[in-house]
Amino acid sequence: MADLLRANRREAIALAVLLALLTVYLVTHPRGMSTYVMTIWANQCLILALAAIAQFFAVIVRGIDLSVGAVMALTNTVASYVLAGSGIGLAGGVVLVLLVGLACGLVNGILVVYGRIQPIVVTLATASVFVGLALLLRPTPGGQINYDFADAMTLDVLGVPTALIITALVIFGFWMPLRRTGLGLGLYAIGSSEQAAFQSGIQVPVIRMASFALGGLFAGLAGLYFSFVTTTGDAGIAPNFTLNAIAAVVLGGVALRGGVGSLIGAVAGAFILKTIGALMFFSGLPPLAQPFVEGLILAAAIAIGGADILRVRNRLEVFGR
Amino acid sequence: MARTLTTPDVSGLTVQPGALSCSRADFFLSNRGFTVNQTDDVIVRLEGVSKHYGATTALDGVDFACKAGEIHAVLGENGAGKSTLMKLISGVIQPSDGRIFVDGEETPLPTPRAAVERGLVCMFQELSLVPDLSVRENLMLGAPGSGLGRLPGAIVRRAQEVLAQIDGGGIGMGARVADLSLAERQQVEIAKAFARNPRLLILDEATSALNASVVDKVFTLIRAECARGVGVLFISHRFHEIEALADRISIFRNGALVDSFANGAHDYPAIISRMVGQKITDLFPAKPRARPEAQEVLRIDDFGWNGELTDVSITLRKGCITGLGGLDGQGQAAVLQGLFGLLKKTEGGIVLAGQPITLNSPGDAKNPDIGIALVPEDRKTEALILQQSIAANMELAAVGVRGINAEDPALYQPYTDALELKCESLDQPVSQLSGGNQQKVALTKWLALEPRCLLLADPTRGIDVKTKTQIYALLRRLADQGTAILLLSTDYEEFIHLCDETHIFYDGRVVRHLTGDAVTAENILAATLNIPAQQAAHG
Repeated sequence: MADLLRANRREAIALAVLLALLTVYLVTHPRGMSTYVMTIWANQCLILALAAIAQFFAVIVRGIDLSVGAVMALTNTVASYVLAGSGIGLAGGVVLVLLVGLACGLVNGILVVYGRIQPIVVTLATASVFVGLALLLRPTPGGQINYDFADAMTLDVLGVPTALIITALVIFGFWMPLRRTGLGLGLYAIGSSEQAAFQSGIQVPVIRMASFALGGLFAGLAGLYFSFVTTTGDAGIAPNFTLNAIAAVVLGGVALRGGVGSLIGAVAGAFILKTIGALMFFSGLPPLAQPFVEGLILAAAIAIGGADILRVRNRLEVFGR
Repeated sequence: MARTLTTPDVSGLTVQPGALSCSRADFFLSNRGFTVNQTDDVIVRLEGVSKHYGATTALDGVDFACKAGEIHAVLGENGAGKSTLMKLISGVIQPSDGRIFVDGEETPLPTPRAAVERGLVCMFQELSLVPDLSVRENLMLGAPGSGLGRLPGAIVRRAQEVLAQIDGGGIGMGARVADLSLAERQQVEIAKAFARNPRLLILDEATSALNASVVDKVFTLIRAECARGVGVLFISHRFHEIEALADRISIFRNGALVDSFANGAHDYPAIISRMVGQKITDLFPAKPRARPEAQEVLRIDDFGWNGELTDVSITLRKGCITGLGGLDGQGQAAVLQGLFGLLKKTEGGIVLAGQPITLNSPGDAKNPDIGIALVPEDRKTEALILQQSIAANMELAAVGVRGINAEDPALYQPYTDALELKCESLDQPVSQLSGGNQQKVALTKWLALEPRCLLLADPTRGIDVKTKTQIYALLRRLADQGTAILLLSTDYEEFIHLCDETHIFYDGRVVRHLTGDAVTAENILAATLNIPAQQAAHG
């Protein structure tokens, strides 16, 4: 158990911080803990968590994805056209939205791998393209989503918020198995040392492509879920989500230099970030002071993760972190 | 001579791994006079292979063959083309010219994966381990048969068996590779290569960080593999290793195959002169008479740290080269770090010229009032910034030091001249230099400060013979000029022939202090294993 904690120190710290914040939130919330409060909270968290997962797949292979928010905006506007129906049409719409996300990720991946351009440059450019497309589709917010379906995805099942069930599915049904495959291992290997991965016989281009494609898919999922929560299409959501997704992965202990961290950490980071925001809302602090306090809490949360640097007795070890 | 190695065309001849034989007698008969028998089991053959990097020619029209059941040592100075050869055969780089045949069929090797699938497994000099992954994950990484899906667990068990045989049984499978010592990483690298069921095993400086007893065990393993019919290609700079292991020796110089002969056909001086193209009389400079009464420069008293070092007392004297030996990770490296201000909460005292001092950072240590310099062990990550130019790297230590103009090239020239640094210009990035020349830059960087006390962590690891002699000569000259030198080494010949006295570490303590005639290979080996000395050899 102690070993398990030590090996997953970053995730453990993020989860502990999250639990503490959530407790404070529920205690200070005027309506206390209820399914309603939890559902609202979980929905907001899941949108950012999916965006953070998209960012995670770029960061883990030593990249960064500035187009996460843009892919969300594009998929959200697409969703506002194709998710109004029911039955087969609705299912097809969901598939189409996710395919759009996947395609965006593949475009990023192709440009990074075969264009040999830095991810930050590629995604800066494609982000503009994706947002441009979204604006062409929806110059002003609008459109609609099948309400029954949206409710099913954003309310609760037997008192458990659907968003938390989806989160658990992603972690246990997708991430845990993926981590045990050659692809999962390859992601970390490339991020940690691309040369060593190549010399070990890893198919670096394939895995890097797959990583960006998965990133696009999850950004698409984030856009889709955003559609369920807001039941409308809005091309203007991109910048906010891109930056918050980066903040979330850092909070969750994913190293921006690549190769370190996990999807669980990224999810925890997103939940922390959203919980801090929600805390502020009910804190009674004057609105103008809220960003300041929010920043302080954020800084403190990050500092906890780095606190064990004080125990290092060999000054060289500081640089390995 | 070189071109006589061309083998007859054996295309169409496929060799099954199980059907290979390893008869030493056959081998020696067939190789006398450099004619290659038609039935030889050639695994890989290069024909007229060249490799150019821009204007630099790393390999020039080389014909070369590796056979099953043969240990083939490749010798040459750094930059002679050995590593380029290994990288070509293991698919890391592509030849600019020429053809590569595997089992007699022309086979391009576009990636390391393609090479591994054909049984050509390389253990790289630049370790191919991923630092942030665990040992287990590294062993599975890119293993034959693994793709994007399920990972092969069997390879981990095979690797564990190999590790157990080379004193690496204590390495935890869950440990992060970045937390392992250099020697442990090399052991894992060896296990990783062996576990991939090689038909041709390529070892590029495979044992450079390992101590003698582990090296012996690795060699036993290599011989066993060879007896099973595996071919081995072997690069090492330690002559006694090559003598102990190789069946056949090929010598490279300036990107060309100079000579290829059976082990034993030529003696050391002959081999060395073929390698350097000129005669090197002695590896080590003449050792002056011991000066035990020389003026004390630096002393540590009852030095301790974090349970890894206990009660270590060492005195460095003016003009003396003091050796630090022992198995890996016995605390000797911590002594160097402690003396360079890298350790927090050390016990005991450091006394410089009679004055107690405290060191809180390398900045303190290099301060001219103190004058301590450390050339660290890993030149690629700790000593140099590879992407930066030679000039920028050399200036780095001198920047900010009182009374020194770091940008003055005259500061560095005497040392680059003495070491014969080979480069196109000082604006060339350090990454383009060979390992030996990189080490020369790392040394110059610190020598320019004219330190009173020079700390060296294995400065000749993986370095060619010629550079070694240059470094040894320079160290002796610095000592003669009054510098106190503390030399950590894994090569015991350096203690015998270069150092004036040697401290051997075991489990964080100095177990033997050898001086004068007591510095013998037997005494050093016994002390490193913490076995009481057989004879009364206390100096």
